[in-house]
Amino acid sequence: MNSYLASHVANLPPSGIRKFFDLVATMKDVISLGVGEPDFVTPWTVRESGIFSLEQGQTMYTSNAGLIELREELSHHLTKTLGLSYDPAKEILITSGASEAVDLVMRAVLEPGDVVLVPDPSYVSYAPCAILAGASVCYIPTHAKENFRLRVEDINQVYTPKAKLLVLSYPNNPTGAIMQREDLLPIAEFVEKHDLLVLADDIYSDLTYDGTHVSFASLPGMHDRTLFVSGFSKSYAMTGWRIGYVAGHADLIQGLTKIHQYTMLCAPITGQFAALEALRSASEEKNEMVTAYDRRRRLMVHGFRQMGLDCFEPLGAFYVFPDISKTNLSSEAFSEELLKEEKVAVVPGTAFGPSGEGYIRCSYAYSIEQLQEALKRIALFVERRLS
Amino acid sequence: MLTEEDHRLLKLIAEDCRLTPLDLSVQTGLTAEYIEKRIADWEKEKVIVDYQPMINWARTGKELVSALIEVRVLPQRGYGFDKIAKRLQKFPEIKALFLMSGGYDLSLLIEGKTMQDVALFVAEKLAPLEHVQSTATHFVLRRYKQDGVELLGEEETIQQRLVVSP
Repeated sequence: MNSYLASHVANLPPSGIRKFFDLVATMKDVISLGVGEPDFVTPWTVRESGIFSLEQGQTMYTSNAGLIELREELSHHLTKTLGLSYDPAKEILITSGASEAVDLVMRAVLEPGDVVLVPDPSYVSYAPCAILAGASVCYIPTHAKENFRLRVEDINQVYTPKAKLLVLSYPNNPTGAIMQREDLLPIAEFVEKHDLLVLADDIYSDLTYDGTHVSFASLPGMHDRTLFVSGFSKSYAMTGWRIGYVAGHADLIQGLTKIHQYTMLCAPITGQFAALEALRSASEEKNEMVTAYDRRRRLMVHGFRQMGLDCFEPLGAFYVFPDISKTNLSSEAFSEELLKEEKVAVVPGTAFGPSGEGYIRCSYAYSIEQLQEALKRIALFVERRLS
Repeated sequence: MLTEEDHRLLKLIAEDCRLTPLDLSVQTGLTAEYIEKRIADWEKEKVIVDYQPMINWARTGKELVSALIEVRVLPQRGYGFDKIAKRLQKFPEIKALFLMSGGYDLSLLIEGKTMQDVALFVAEKLAPLEHVQSTATHFVLRRYKQDGVELLGEEETIQQRLVVSP
């Protein structure tokens, strides 16, 4: 039946992660460091609030943009935590996870012929969403020696006048890199000069381990040029509730809302009530989770360096991205052989773009005990390859 | 004065006192020597009082009865409640002792092998004490949560995460 598929769908390469998932699924007793979601359960107060909304019979559609109480609370929250200012009535749209928000942005602003600039490596959805929106993608390689930060000189290497949208996703999945204010300012200048729009995917903004996260949208002049995307999944361990959001200039949000109203109608109401509670009363639990991730982060970096591998210190998200090139294995070969020999699942860096070659992504959203066991097994594997 | 860093360190130790200074060093970025010194200081200053595992005796088959006892006492001039509290805390049967606001003065957590043990302790040791005016004994039927740990956790089945996800 493949002939029925639209060619741009048929030609879309399958996710590198999916391929690996299928392989892991056939094996037993695997310790997986391949998971991109928190190991914590949503804080009880948040779950309880979702349950209560169901008991009250809150099971209908909400407005397309989402519950106004949630948008108002979110607007306060963004002002308080990131210094951002969005009108809850016109500048915020609640989506089914940040993933939907990414898709909406791409579809609302891109046309055939447009180019999207995507840092490489980065999260797997940007390029496919851009392609499905009819645009093409230019990867901007980032490097470990620059702490995987995006620099204007790197963008200039690939820049084309057809570029319309720049994706910024920091803290970054898979590298764990962050961008400080001084790293972002030259990018803002570049964006202004070339009249670009920015999709700022700040989903990991709360998981920053060195100072506080600076949002690109908060830089002078960048409010109207930025579509700020985030969600509740990573900060509050709420992946399954599917609540994300996008904020930006009212005209742009209105465009995104048109697509959202015809395709999604609204984000799930139970999740919206839960998200409201998360903003109101789960900041303590959120901070506890961040503290726990920070401990694990240090453990992982220490573990990989002990093995004799170079490991860039990630300052955000919950991934480490060690350099495995010393083993003379490609990322895929390393991941496959590690899985077969030591039953530890990691994700090859190449699943996140060509610049991921020579690296593996290891999530540390696991208990300390699991991480210690995984490190022990990886060390045995690396030792054999290095000797 | 304890720094924020100290508080973070103490919290880790409170959560799992089996962590060695080396473990703590890896997980906090502080040096193992510094951590060792701080722990030694805290032990001396009685900031860290003791290291005890938390055991759910109900699962061991060991017979154990607990009771919370409300006690009204006459405060003593010059000592308030401290003098009687000092006397009470020496009894090994008393596992916890608090001065309370509200309807009564002292709250005691008592443990014994049988209800008879607890009743005897109250009748023979506690109630006759000078300055004790009255006691009210409430037996514990079941422990659901202790020291922040849910003891009735097995009913919560957590859905397995996908083994690999983006």
